[in-house]
Amino acid sequence: MKMIKQKMFVIACAAGLALSMTSAHADVDKRARNMASSCGVCHGTNGHSSGGMPVLAGMDKGQFVTAMKEFKSGARPATVMHRHAKGYNDQEFEMMAGFFAAQK
Amino acid sequence: MSLDRRDFLKLGAAGAALSLFPGCATTSGSEIVKKTGQRVVIVGGGFGGATAAKYIRMWSNNQIEVVLIERNATFISCPMSNTVLGGTRTISDLTRSYDTLQKKHGVKLVHGEVTGINPQNQTVRLADGYVSYDRLIVAPGIDFMFDKIEGLNAKVAEESIPHAWKAGAQTVMLRKQLEAMPDGGVFVMSVPKAPYRCPPGPYERACQVAFYLKNHKPKSKVLILDANPDVTAKKGLFTAAWKELYPGMVEYRGNAEVTKVDVARKIAKTEFDDVKADVLNIIPPMKAGAVANMAGLVNVGGRWCGVDFLTYESKVHYNIHVVGDAISAPQPKAGHMANSQAKICAAAVVELMQGRKPDPNPSAANTCYSMVNGTEAVHVAIVLRYDAAKQAMVVAEGSGVSDKRSELEGVLAGHWLNNILDDVLM
Repeated sequence: MKMIKQKMFVIACAAGLALSMTSAHADVDKRARNMASSCGVCHGTNGHSSGGMPVLAGMDKGQFVTAMKEFKSGARPATVMHRHAKGYNDQEFEMMAGFFAAQK
Repeated sequence: MSLDRRDFLKLGAAGAALSLFPGCATTSGSEIVKKTGQRVVIVGGGFGGATAAKYIRMWSNNQIEVVLIERNATFISCPMSNTVLGGTRTISDLTRSYDTLQKKHGVKLVHGEVTGINPQNQTVRLADGYVSYDRLIVAPGIDFMFDKIEGLNAKVAEESIPHAWKAGAQTVMLRKQLEAMPDGGVFVMSVPKAPYRCPPGPYERACQVAFYLKNHKPKSKVLILDANPDVTAKKGLFTAAWKELYPGMVEYRGNAEVTKVDVARKIAKTEFDDVKADVLNIIPPMKAGAVANMAGLVNVGGRWCGVDFLTYESKVHYNIHVVGDAISAPQPKAGHMANSQAKICAAAVVELMQGRKPDPNPSAANTCYSMVNGTEAVHVAIVLRYDAAKQAMVVAEGSGVSDKRSELEGVLAGHWLNNILDDVLM
């Protein structure tokens, strides 16, 4: 039974390789989009703030990541951003940064 | 997922056959909005429902049809509505239109009262017909358990002892009662046992009423009768605000559950006391909004709806999702929370309807500001991550409350309000 399962797994992998590469990429994009949608509450849908809070849409990726790391470490003063930043890891900062940088 | 679609087509065919018999009245009348393709119906256009409507349209590239059913003509924000009592905002400052959801996002809005839900036929009934769905999102907010307080009912609340816990006419009435109260009068408010909508809300209200009274009727008192043993949210910040901003004006009593009111004499009764008020504000215990009962979605303690936190699909019915204050969750019942849940739900609904798997690792956030006077605010901010072992959203490290109240946070609270209303509706 185990052998059969393994064989099936190999076949499935071979057949689905091209597809899974595309869908893996799509999954990463959607994770980024979903995480970034949390920011949208205060910073506007897709980062287009309607005022007061910084606009994140189109922000340079490095600038976003640096800001989040500094909020997380406490190097950058904050009212609430240090709390939000601590909820995510560096890789996730990169993902969100990529999402916002791509917003027009 | 193709299986689900086939099942749906089969059900559709069966339904068509059934509808030939006029005795099967569940789909009597006609389809109110002609179905053009895969459709999500959302009942309730508050923070949760309206957010879900917009984001399903956005994230499906407008491929999924969304019908939003809402009984009110306009959206009124509960968050920040205590400032109407304090006098720094009016109810119109908190009122928004549903127009942009329709015009920009193509959400089909039906103004009406839902009278029934049929999970088998996948239809939502209104007085003048029905709306059929492929998936349903129920976002009914809360209803009040008036029967838990002797003497109180919906009519009394509308006419003389407002709860003002859904922003609107009662908020305005409570403000008018405060304006009519003599200097030296007593404002008495009750807080229900948790869980209830907006944990810090009652204590913010006490601040806002005190802020108004301090400036206009400084001999008056604010008395909080709390059914909970202690302040349930931002305790240190609120007690500091009462002591420092309104010395001698605000009195707090824990374990003081109001069980009875004398409507004519404006007396609130607890186990120990009869308290006479000049203005009485009873906030009754709460449960999921009535629409949740129509599909039998209430399965936790007879009050709330249990859901799967990856999709917000009901634990009772396949194909029906619940978001917002009506669900059973360890997180606060709050507008920002409902917005976050609605986004997770919207993403999952789009994936499921388009034959893919929902995000297995959702995250969410909640930032909640309370205004302690006309200019200063305090916050609680949390990030939530899905914990696969617990099958629940868990608060991440770093979450917490303000060190102290500040004018900067007061300004940010205003920006938060404008941005979240745009995120929900624009």
